[in-house]
Amino acid sequence: MTKEIKNLKQFSRAAEKFEGANLLCPGCAHGMIIREILNAVDGHIVIGNSTGCIEVSTAVYPYTSWDVPWIHIGFENGSTAVAGVEAMYKALSRKQKYTGDKPKFVAFGGDGSTYDIGFQWISGCFERGHDLTYVCFDNEVYANTGGQRSGSTPIGSSTSTTPAGRVSYGKKDKKKDMLAIMAAHGSPYVAQVAPNKWKDMNKKIKQALDTEGPTFINALSACTTEWRFDCNNTVDIMDLAVDSLVFPLYEIIDGHELNITYRPKNIIPVRDYLGAQGRFKHLFKPENEHIIEQFQKDVDKKWEMLQRREEARV
Amino acid sequence: MALKYELSKVEVWDGNMAASHALRQAQVDVVAAYPITPSTPIVQNYGKFLSDGYIDGEFVMVESEHAAMSACVGAGAAGGRVATATSSQGFALMVEVLYQASGMRIPLVLNLVNRALAAPLNVNGDHSDMYLSRDTGWISLCAYNPQEAYDFNLMAFKIAEDLRVRIPVIVNQDGFICSHTAQNVAPLSDEEAYEFIGEYKQKNAMLDFSKPITYGAQAEEDWHFEHKAQLHHDLMNSHVVIEEVFDLFAKKTGRKYNIVEKYDMDDAEVVIVALGTTVETARVAAKKIREEGIKAGVVSLRTLRPFPYKLVAEALKDVKAIAMLDRSSPAGAMGMLFNEVGVAVLQNSTKKPILSNYIYGLGGRDMTQENLLQIYRDLDANAKANKLTHPTQQFIGLRGKKMAFN
Ligand SMILES: Cc1ncc(C[n+]2csc(CCOP(=O)(O)OP(=O)(O)O)c2C)c(N)n1
Ligand code: SF4
Repeated sequence: MTKEIKNLKQFSRAAEKFEGANLLCPGCAHGMIIREILNAVDGHIVIGNSTGCIEVSTAVYPYTSWDVPWIHIGFENGSTAVAGVEAMYKALSRKQKYTGDKPKFVAFGGDGSTYDIGFQWISGCFERGHDLTYVCFDNEVYANTGGQRSGSTPIGSSTSTTPAGRVSYGKKDKKKDMLAIMAAHGSPYVAQVAPNKWKDMNKKIKQALDTEGPTFINALSACTTEWRFDCNNTVDIMDLAVDSLVFPLYEIIDGHELNITYRPKNIIPVRDYLGAQGRFKHLFKPENEHIIEQFQKDVDKKWEMLQRREEARV
Repeated sequence: MALKYELSKVEVWDGNMAASHALRQAQVDVVAAYPITPSTPIVQNYGKFLSDGYIDGEFVMVESEHAAMSACVGAGAAGGRVATATSSQGFALMVEVLYQASGMRIPLVLNLVNRALAAPLNVNGDHSDMYLSRDTGWISLCAYNPQEAYDFNLMAFKIAEDLRVRIPVIVNQDGFICSHTAQNVAPLSDEEAYEFIGEYKQKNAMLDFSKPITYGAQAEEDWHFEHKAQLHHDLMNSHVVIEEVFDLFAKKTGRKYNIVEKYDMDDAEVVIVALGTTVETARVAAKKIREEGIKAGVVSLRTLRPFPYKLVAEALKDVKAIAMLDRSSPAGAMGMLFNEVGVAVLQNSTKKPILSNYIYGLGGRDMTQENLLQIYRDLDANAKANKLTHPTQQFIGLRGKKMAFN
């Protein structure tokens, strides 16, 4: 069972399944996303978590921040861990050894474990059609190991393995389009969400959890430490991300029906978003300005493509 | 409900088929697997049983062995009976998750059909994968023939799931020599087998929502040591349960296994220590060489982990010369059996037997009677001279120039 969150009061009250006592950095968006997901679930939920900031901050023996069944195995296999639980649920239900309500099966992973190392495991789970929802906490960097580039890191970002320097503007490659890849797996529902747009996020989480089969959510997760901004600005930064269309909010149903779910009233320039974070600071030097231009062009092109696809229903 | 499978008193099964039937009879709830030679038929037979309605469980055909073990750990934590099978490269790919499984104390059963590790790529049997398992925190049992592959699988569940143990178990059998050689196997009926293994309920199951549980937490220096120490403690003590299960099984079937098996050891002076199918070949050689007046015996292990130091020492306390046969590349050291058996003997024996190490059968190379007789003759020479008459470590059955090391 899932539930709709109608107002912020309701949202703030319902978080007892994830303790405030955890070791996430102040201002980390990971915690917001977890609360929004747990709040959307009324019944049983089982969580599998890959290695990364969430895991090391919320389950440090002998403590746990989780008041729901939760398992962490390794960096790459959170998806398959949950698939194993789901398989056991099926077997035990059929044998009537488990007679309770059907739980929601949810896997969490950072962008590193999703876009890179765990990609094969996710792909396998989706191909086999396990009834689970995979949620990626997309902070565009390996945060837990000190800010190395991932397949999700945008071009021009200065990371600890692609640092901006005298002859480098930071990461050379563009961010992988994970949503398109997951939609191409034939997933019945994939969506991109941002926790600052919590009503939109709640609706999509509900839909993902209530859709049978493997569904995918890519959640924007601002990281104060690696994006380098003040910890009280998390929501503002994510507002800039969605209003500049760097992180557009949309969903794809059954691999083809694309809906844009948030259209900014005033689209702001990409440079306003980049300028608010330390990781892009070097792009504002004259010799790197062309990367900002390229970034803007890429964002415009993607937005154009999304609108066309929405219109054409393909 | 699964259909009943009618079995004859004696079936002609190879080791893989024997393992598949044992998994079927254990009514495993989830099998997650990925095929690799020579363990592939275990997975295929299982799929066929499922298609014909003889199994009521989930069969998850994952995209890799790493995923197979990941799904097994998730399923085991969820709360039910879980098993899988693999060999060689597949096992190597699984190894990361093997540590997770034992660390979380999930009683899985893994059939490891032993095979060489590349490079060069080789599909045949040696013990490289078995040796790779040694520090993973799993109990490791050795079967020598198809009957034993069947028996050990039934016993593996009972050992792993015992609340005094709760440690995953590997059942080893030799690739091809055991896994693909059909022999007469006397199975239990489905009812008898299930009754022997018993029902299983996971402690702290994830699907018990009345008590939410956190699996796989992080534990740094303040707790990690205690966790590993506990696992080691329970592994070292698991021989108590293993022996109990061996006894129960003997009562049920008349087939009695021992953690350390002794062949012709009453008056033996020269002894071969080995694992796997070679044990049976060595017994034949021992019998033959006794006709030459050489007092030969064979000592073999059923548990590579926990390593039975005391029993090994006890079995070898009165002998003059011992050869430890290792079927895995020693890769820069003496073989593992040489090191472990050697230490057990030296720690616990007042006499000082002459120890030597033979590396054999890598990548499926045959271990012949001729080789084994040669080893016994070497041992006899050592016993008579009361010293090593050859280098400590020799490669036997190797083409070209002889290879030996001290
Ligand atoms: C097999 C393996 N390789 C590398 C690591 C080291 N490691 C742990 S977490 C991590 C990065 C996590 O990044 P991400 O998935 O993006 O999550 P975040 O920490 O950013 O939330 C890495 C590289 C590991 N634990 N396991
Ligand atoms: S490093 Fe970033 S992602 Fe990790 S806890 Fe801190 S803010 Fe969150």
